[in-house]
This record gives sequence, structure tokens and C-alpha cells, in this order.
Amino acid sequence: MIAPLLVVLLLLGGWQAFTALEDVDEFLLPSPTDVLTALWDDRGLLWDNFRVTAGEMGLGLLIAMVAGALLALALHRWQPLRRGVYPLLVGSQTVPIPIFAPLLAAWLGFDLTPKLVIVALVCFFPVVVPTLDALTTADAGQRKLMRGLGASRWQTLRFVEAPAALPALFTGARLAIAVAAIAAFLAETAGSESGLGHLITQSIPQLETARAFAAVLVLSLFSVTLYGALALAERRLAPWAQLPKGPVL
Amino acid sequence: MLDGVTRRFGTVLALQDVTLRVRRRELVALIGPSGCGKSTLLDLVCGLQIADAGRVALPDGERTVLMPQGDTLLPWADALDNAALALRVAGTPRREARERARAELDALGLGDFARARPATLSGGMRQRIAVARTLLSGAGVVCLDEPFGALDAITRAEAQRWLTSTLAREPRTVLLVTHDTEEAALLADRIVVLSARPGRVVADIAVPLATPRSATDPAVLAVRERALAALGVDR
Repeated sequence: MIAPLLVVLLLLGGWQAFTALEDVDEFLLPSPTDVLTALWDDRGLLWDNFRVTAGEMGLGLLIAMVAGALLALALHRWQPLRRGVYPLLVGSQTVPIPIFAPLLAAWLGFDLTPKLVIVALVCFFPVVVPTLDALTTADAGQRKLMRGLGASRWQTLRFVEAPAALPALFTGARLAIAVAAIAAFLAETAGSESGLGHLITQSIPQLETARAFAAVLVLSLFSVTLYGALALAERRLAPWAQLPKGPVL
Repeated sequence: MLDGVTRRFGTVLALQDVTLRVRRRELVALIGPSGCGKSTLLDLVCGLQIADAGRVALPDGERTVLMPQGDTLLPWADALDNAALALRVAGTPRREARERARAELDALGLGDFARARPATLSGGMRQRIAVARTLLSGAGVVCLDEPFGALDAITRAEAQRWLTSTLAREPRTVLLVTHDTEEAALLADRIVVLSARPGRVVADIAVPLATPRSATDPAVLAVRERALAALGVDR
């Protein structure tokens, strides 16, 4: 815990010293203290926008997890479906969000819905892939055991494959958090009246760079918190999985 | 049980004209070199593979159950749920399955471990829970594929003694695949020796000794000697 703290402090110190010594304009590069000041001064503004973005990310991720798990189950169950849909799934990841997002806003409006669609769309992929892999690669000995007991496919899924895939679902969700923040940001820049992404895109032309940095900081901290929460949930729901010991982060 | 059975995988002949008759409540040990088709034979008996030639026949109304090689306890379930798995698959509701599994584990001296997950159990305990699960299926014909193969000598000896007393309590027809002549001589009523691939029956050794047996009993040693001779292992 000490080492990363030292690294961060060293970086921040260097940054602070650089802005002070070079006399950089605050709107070009705010110093760490400028960012902290903005964080405090704009706390009301940041909080309101944070709640919007947190909702988009959290709900979008939840949708991606549920839909991703269901799709992984379906693709696992029906091989022809897998052959037909998997390429489309990969293809869906090449949709350029910055172009797609304004269209979605035009179709679905400026409220929560288009943001959820984009966050879920982006988070979907890292959830489906490891979950499907885990479903298909469940232990051969356990499968044989189930066949020897005369188990149906459904029973094999229920007693062996699904529990085996649960940790993978969480791994996928943790990976998805990284892209969830970017997706929410892009969705908001495409058309919205609130959210941290909206606030950041507004702050830059207003030369409120420190505020934009503060918003980025809030977004990062939220992502880290969400990651920790998912890791904790995984420990509770899949305690048998060989997670690394020690703190979750 | 098997009548002139042949099984091939592509061009590889795994089993060739194997005939095996097993009496009710008999424990037959199958030994043979690695890759001689011992596990394939169990699969055939359990209906997990189909013979290319010959016939697999079970006594009327008898069901089979397989305990596959290796550690196949489900890591997410405690010992009780693992033992109850066969009952759950047969459609027994969870509560009832767990109650019956609990009674079985208690009877087999495993009651203290009912709530433990496999990761916290020793290898010997895990294999015993797996055997209990297999017996709970209620099948009359039990196929055990190297149940104690991965255990160290001391743990294995304990597990073997445990199996003897367990089968005395709950007699079944047992096919026991093993690579250990000592295990075969200690547990079996008959030892069937298979040749290297393609697997053929090369010896059928009756073991008319009372159980439990001692590994150092001269009669047991004599049986081992015959089995080793049939395997072609020089002594």
C-alpha cells in the first residue's frame, strides 16, 4: 500500500512543481491543488452530474451482465446459434461509438435510454466472451460424472457448467468497468444535459480545465470503487473461486 | 455383463473380444497396463460408449453408476451437496436429498465433514465423499475408476479399509479399475487382468479370501504375485 502511494505522491509533487516553476496557465494545465480546489468548490455540480453518470454506468453494466450471461447460455446451448451470432457479436464491437451515439440520441431521445444502450453494448462483449468460454470448458471429469449419473443437459448446466462460469462472468464484468466509463462519457458527449461527460465537454471551452480534471478524477474514483464492489460481490457469491488473497484492489 | 466386446477409436483397437461375467455383489478388480482400455470398459458398462462389436448386458432392472477417475467433487458445493448430487439428478428435491446424504455420510463416518467444501478436505476425504455420492445413486452396479489412485500409500490404505467396511454395509456389484495389484488383492473377489492395447483378458484370478485383508498376509501376497505374473511384470 505504501509503494503506490509514494509513486502517486511523487508524480503529484512533480506535477505541482512543474506548473509552479513554469508558470503554466491554469486553463492549459491546472496544478493538483487547482484540481482539488475545483473538486471542493464545484462539489454540488460534480455530485449532481456524478449521480447521472454513476446511474448510467451501474445500470448499463447490470444490463450487460444479465444480457451477457443469458446470451452466453443461449450460445452455449445451441451450437448453430453460436456459429451464427458470434461473428455478429465481434462485429458489434467495431461499431464506432462516437458516430453511433448521436444517432441513438436522435432515435431514443436525450434521457437515460441511449446511454444505457451504449454502455450495455460496449460492456456486453467482455462479459459474454469469458462466460461462454467457461461454460464450454467446464471440467471434463465433472461432465463425465454427470453423464454417468444420467443427467440431462439442463442438469449438467445447472449443477456443473453454470457454477463453473460464475467467476468468469464476474471477471468479464470487472473488465467491462474499464470500458463502461469511456462508453458513458462518449454517450453523454453525443447528446445530453447532464453527467460527468457532459460536464467535462462543457468545462473545456469555458476554460474551466480544473473542473474538467476534477470530473475525470471523480469518474476514475467511481470506476475503482465499482471494481472493488464487484470483486467483493464475487468473493461472496463465488467464494470457491481461486481469487488472489489479500485486499480486493 | 460383457460378451465378446470390441471397441475401436479410429484405427486404434482399444478393447478386443472382451468377455466378462460378474456375479451379483461381486467385486471385480480390473488391472492392466496404462492405455489398455480399462476406463473404456467402464464407459461401455455405464452406457457412455457403444461397443463396436459384441454385447453389453446388465441383469434385469440393474442400473449402473460411474465414479470417474480423478477428483470430480464440485468445488462450489459442500460435501453434503456433493454427496446429494446423484439424488438431485434423479429428481429428489434438495432438502430431501440433503437429508438422505446427511444420513449416509453419518453412517459412513463422514458426518463431521458435511458442511466443508472440497478445497478444505484432504484427498482421502474427498474420494470418500465421492464414493458416498456414487453409492447414494442407488445403482446396483458401481464402476469405480481408480478411486484412490492419486492418494499416498498411507491414506490409500485407510481409504481401502474404509471401502471394505462400506461395501460390507451396503453390498453392491463393483467394477474397480486400478493399476495397483495390492489394491486389487486387498479388495477384490476376482481380479481380471487385461493385456496392453488392444485390451484382452489374459487372466482371471479368483481371490477366495475373507475381508478385511492385510497387505502382508501371505495369501494376499500370493494373489499379487499371480496378478503381477499375468501382467508380465518380472519379480
